[in-house]
Amino acid sequence: MSNETSATTTRRGKAPRGERVADWADGRLGIYSLAKANMRKIFPDHWSFMLGEVALYSFIIIILTGVYLTLFFHPSMAEVVYHGSYVPMHGIRMTQAFESTLAISFDVRGGLLIRQIHHWAALVFLAAMMVHMMRVFFTGAFRKPREVNWLFGFLLFVLGMFTGFTGYSLPDDLLSGTGVRFIEGVILAMPLVGSYLQMFIFGGEFPGHDIIPRFFTVHVLLLPGIMLGLLVAHLILVFYHKHTQFPGAGKTNNNVVGMPLLPVYMAKAGGFFFLVFGVISVIAAVASINPVWAIGPYRPDQVSTGAQPDWYMGFAEGLVRVMPGWEWNFWGHTVNFGVLIPILVFPLVLVAIAVYPFVESWIRGDKREHHILDRPRNVPTRTGFGVAWLVAYFVMLIGGGNDLWATHFHLSINSITWFVRIAFFVGPVLAFIATKRICMGLQRRDRDKVLHGRESGIIKRLPHGEFIEVHEPLDQEQLHVLTQHEQPTPIELGPEVDENGVERKVSRTQKLRAKLSKSYYGEDSVIPKPTVEEYKEITSGHGHH
Amino acid sequence: MKKLSARRRHPLAALVVLLFALAVTGGLYAAFAPADKAQADDSAQSLAIEEGKKLYAVGCASCHGTGGQGTSDGPSLVGVGAAAVDFQVGTGRMPAQQPGAQVPRKKNIYSNAQIDQLAAYVASLGAGPTVPDKEQYSPDGADIGKGGELFRTNCAQCHNFTGKGGALTDGKYAPTLEGVDPKHIYEAMETGPQNMPSFGDGSLSKENKKDIIAYLGAVNGDESESPGGLDLGGLGPVSEGLFGYIFGLGTLIVVAIWVAARTTKAKKS
Amino acid sequence: MSETGRHADVPEETLPSERETAHVSVEKAENPFADPGLPPHEHRIQDIDERAAKRSERVVALQFLVSMLATVAFIASYVAVPVDKIVYIWPIGHISALNFALGLSLGVALFCIGAGAVHWARTLMSDVEVADERHPIEAEPEVKAKVMEDFAQGAKESGFGRRKLVRNTLFGALAMVPLSGVVLLRDLGPLPGTKLRTTGWKRGVRLVNQSTNLPLRPEDIAVGSLTFAKPEGLEDDAEDFNVQIAKDALMIVRIKPEDIKDKQELSWSYDGIVAYSKICTHVGCPISLYEQQTHHVLCPCHQSTFDLSDGGRVIFGPAGHALPQLHIMVKDGFLEAASGFEEPVGPSFWERG
Repeated sequence: MSNETSATTTRRGKAPRGERVADWADGRLGIYSLAKANMRKIFPDHWSFMLGEVALYSFIIIILTGVYLTLFFHPSMAEVVYHGSYVPMHGIRMTQAFESTLAISFDVRGGLLIRQIHHWAALVFLAAMMVHMMRVFFTGAFRKPREVNWLFGFLLFVLGMFTGFTGYSLPDDLLSGTGVRFIEGVILAMPLVGSYLQMFIFGGEFPGHDIIPRFFTVHVLLLPGIMLGLLVAHLILVFYHKHTQFPGAGKTNNNVVGMPLLPVYMAKAGGFFFLVFGVISVIAAVASINPVWAIGPYRPDQVSTGAQPDWYMGFAEGLVRVMPGWEWNFWGHTVNFGVLIPILVFPLVLVAIAVYPFVESWIRGDKREHHILDRPRNVPTRTGFGVAWLVAYFVMLIGGGNDLWATHFHLSINSITWFVRIAFFVGPVLAFIATKRICMGLQRRDRDKVLHGRESGIIKRLPHGEFIEVHEPLDQEQLHVLTQHEQPTPIELGPEVDENGVERKVSRTQKLRAKLSKSYYGEDSVIPKPTVEEYKEITSGHGHH
Repeated sequence: MKKLSARRRHPLAALVVLLFALAVTGGLYAAFAPADKAQADDSAQSLAIEEGKKLYAVGCASCHGTGGQGTSDGPSLVGVGAAAVDFQVGTGRMPAQQPGAQVPRKKNIYSNAQIDQLAAYVASLGAGPTVPDKEQYSPDGADIGKGGELFRTNCAQCHNFTGKGGALTDGKYAPTLEGVDPKHIYEAMETGPQNMPSFGDGSLSKENKKDIIAYLGAVNGDESESPGGLDLGGLGPVSEGLFGYIFGLGTLIVVAIWVAARTTKAKKS
Repeated sequence: MSETGRHADVPEETLPSERETAHVSVEKAENPFADPGLPPHEHRIQDIDERAAKRSERVVALQFLVSMLATVAFIASYVAVPVDKIVYIWPIGHISALNFALGLSLGVALFCIGAGAVHWARTLMSDVEVADERHPIEAEPEVKAKVMEDFAQGAKESGFGRRKLVRNTLFGALAMVPLSGVVLLRDLGPLPGTKLRTTGWKRGVRLVNQSTNLPLRPEDIAVGSLTFAKPEGLEDDAEDFNVQIAKDALMIVRIKPEDIKDKQELSWSYDGIVAYSKICTHVGCPISLYEQQTHHVLCPCHQSTFDLSDGGRVIFGPAGHALPQLHIMVKDGFLEAASGFEEPVGPSFWERG
């Protein structure tokens, strides 16, 4: 922060004292060179570029409120009988973890607010990361040189899921305890080592007395520590790469157009932190989240209907719910596929999106840096894949809440389960095809707009009686935006035999790559963008049509 | 008009039309959707002063048989007791309107006196649980904490932590307990209507039942407290996640659009 | 995905053609699609009208002022509103007055700072768009050559490649040292032994009603009823109650003997009274959504459905095997176990068999 102060003071020249402090710091930290490179760094403005900021700020809010909560929370599974302020819980046996959560909610002034801010911010954090990731995906912002940062972001999302899971398990309430029991079942399902792992992780039989304190360490130290490191690396890379930008007038692959960090972007980004914090505080004031007092303490023989995890684990829950009950017994051993397969598909679904940038760069064989964002319609295969992935994800999210869908839409839980089983395979395929077609349609419309202008809705009658609709020609910026994208030709495998008549060896991967390349650049994915000649011929010739 | 036609092709026109269409569809749906009220049967009302057997012959006999022996359309009522009649008719489930996965709760069409007459008639067919008196289900002197624990052991698996209801197999469901008369809750535990198992005194003692009703009164009444704010239906993480997306992230995106938007230029008029 | 890797599988000439990266401003005249370049800066009202600028300034200051007031309100509510006060606020409901007051005032205090700062930036700070040049991230060939040279020099000086004995023993030591860490994890928990196979049930243990804490008699269990039981001697305040009940919990129903389809189930029942483990065989949720007319029991976690009139067979959902049944009998008028569970209860595991 000292570099800002120094800059301001230098320019105003009012406070030589501040300058002296800055000089002192520069002599030891080299802040002037740092500030020179970064103080007037340019950031482009677009609302979708702020989704990552939402995630960043909710993470900061989570850390601030989380530290406060640790001051009052007892991560202990020692049992006590409750005699606190919440009457409907009087005389109930519970762990200290649950009791201290009740105390935070009912006895610590503002404790309930901080708990709710913490939990709401966690939901918003994960939601913002997901939507941010989709923005990056659909605009192709993950391309060189940002592949590594894409992975950092992906890891943050996955670690966020597990930090969330360990966090909402801490109060040891009936709902989260059911989730922990599920984890026990998953660990037991691991072939060969399952029962050993279960004993080690839980410190004995389920539930034991160790799992909450262990989750606590993982939740407040291990995972947030790793996430903080990744987050800093993520931000450093954003600074280093400079932000991507949408195509537009004056925006090229070799520049970045926007406002300087000091002062505009700093005011906007800094202000946005307060806006995010403010909105989440208001939500925590008006909407209850995880009311553990209504849920009750965990007991392994109690349960409630509607037992779901927080939303970001919902698709894993869906996978588990819709899996048929397959189990193998052989030579005295049991493999529980009913649990094992969903638990293997769960990371696969995530990895599918994580490795996509590398697959795409291999297919396209493109080694250049990309700083201008793609319009999703211009890369139909990628867009189709992304939508297919989202469809698979959301179908499973529906599966995870099948009981609530059943009660609220008067459906049979069994039919919903069957629907999800089928839709998980069929849905993404249909979505891919439909999305690709929609993209093609939009490309066609872009071409039309470039050549014929925008339909204005004004009908004109010509002297000889003909009615025409007036088309407004696009201005040069719009023309540029609609035509600036590249349309390379797909990879050719070349002739089967070379000039000497010797058969060329074409490996299977090469064939696959050529095929995939065609799906990106082939006729089915590309409406040729208008050429200058076409444009000139139409505009100079017969006027507007 | 000219202005309108000129703007018809504005880039944002599609969005405006979409929003308008959504609003109209929603409004029409709200206006024409069948209101959830059961039609009172005039013929039943005109027979209000008749005694239980006559009521039975008109309202119940077609499914349950003229002597309550049961038919293919309805189970035998011999031995179900007055409590079952009071519950089924008092919550409007009986007479049933149409076959389905489950007979829903609806507006009761009988007066209290008529229900008592019906109950007396059915009780005369064979002994069964009697209608509980107020002392048995009033929350006075009950242990709410114990009731909560009993509720979570015996009831929450189907009816949710605070009695908001939940799904069963093949379209059946455990209904919400919101706004259900404590007497009817007591009777339901005692008689086990439809697919609900019964909880006789050997399973849940009289005190147990009283405790459970007192707990429900504390967490599921009109006056129930939700200290944290909106309870979002009391459904847990699914509704919380939806709320977080729509009102949390949704609001923040609207704010972000404002932050990133270009400031109005002076030239534009 | 390395550079060389990409070169290897497809010959260079077949790669998609690389288009012009540098933008051509020369063509601008004849190319209508060319980048028109940054548009000239347009002034905002605040840039040309000092009164508008003043107005913006006042709005910003007002927001900061509101924030200050909200912080005062926050402190005042903290001091003045009792922590257990419940108020009715339409349409939210009966909520904690303190939570509402604190959250709202904190929210306003924070939001106004943000709104003020953003309004300031949007209306009063310069809005001239600036273009910053990008530089390729890849190093210049000379830099790369220098680095390679330095590295080769360093590697050579270390003798890492030449002194194989040193290198290999180092690898060995590095590979082995984490083993200490792994060994240290051993005491995280006990070995499984037979823990997953044993429950509190054995011959002669009475079935005690969870709710009333009384031993169950056959006449307590009516047809169509549902009762939960634990083994006699397991008290709620026992140190290991949760560990035991996680395995011992029972669900007892009575089915008309003629409706029981499974022969073994019938022989393990008493006059239609059957006792099943309450712990789902999928991942261990306490399954208990019993439908008395269909005799189906549904798990609320993942919808595994079991048929209690047919040996606890799985009829839907992800569970892999039937619910374990407890063989029961009656002695001195009370229900008791005729034997322990014949198979492990709860989720399956590798050694389950």
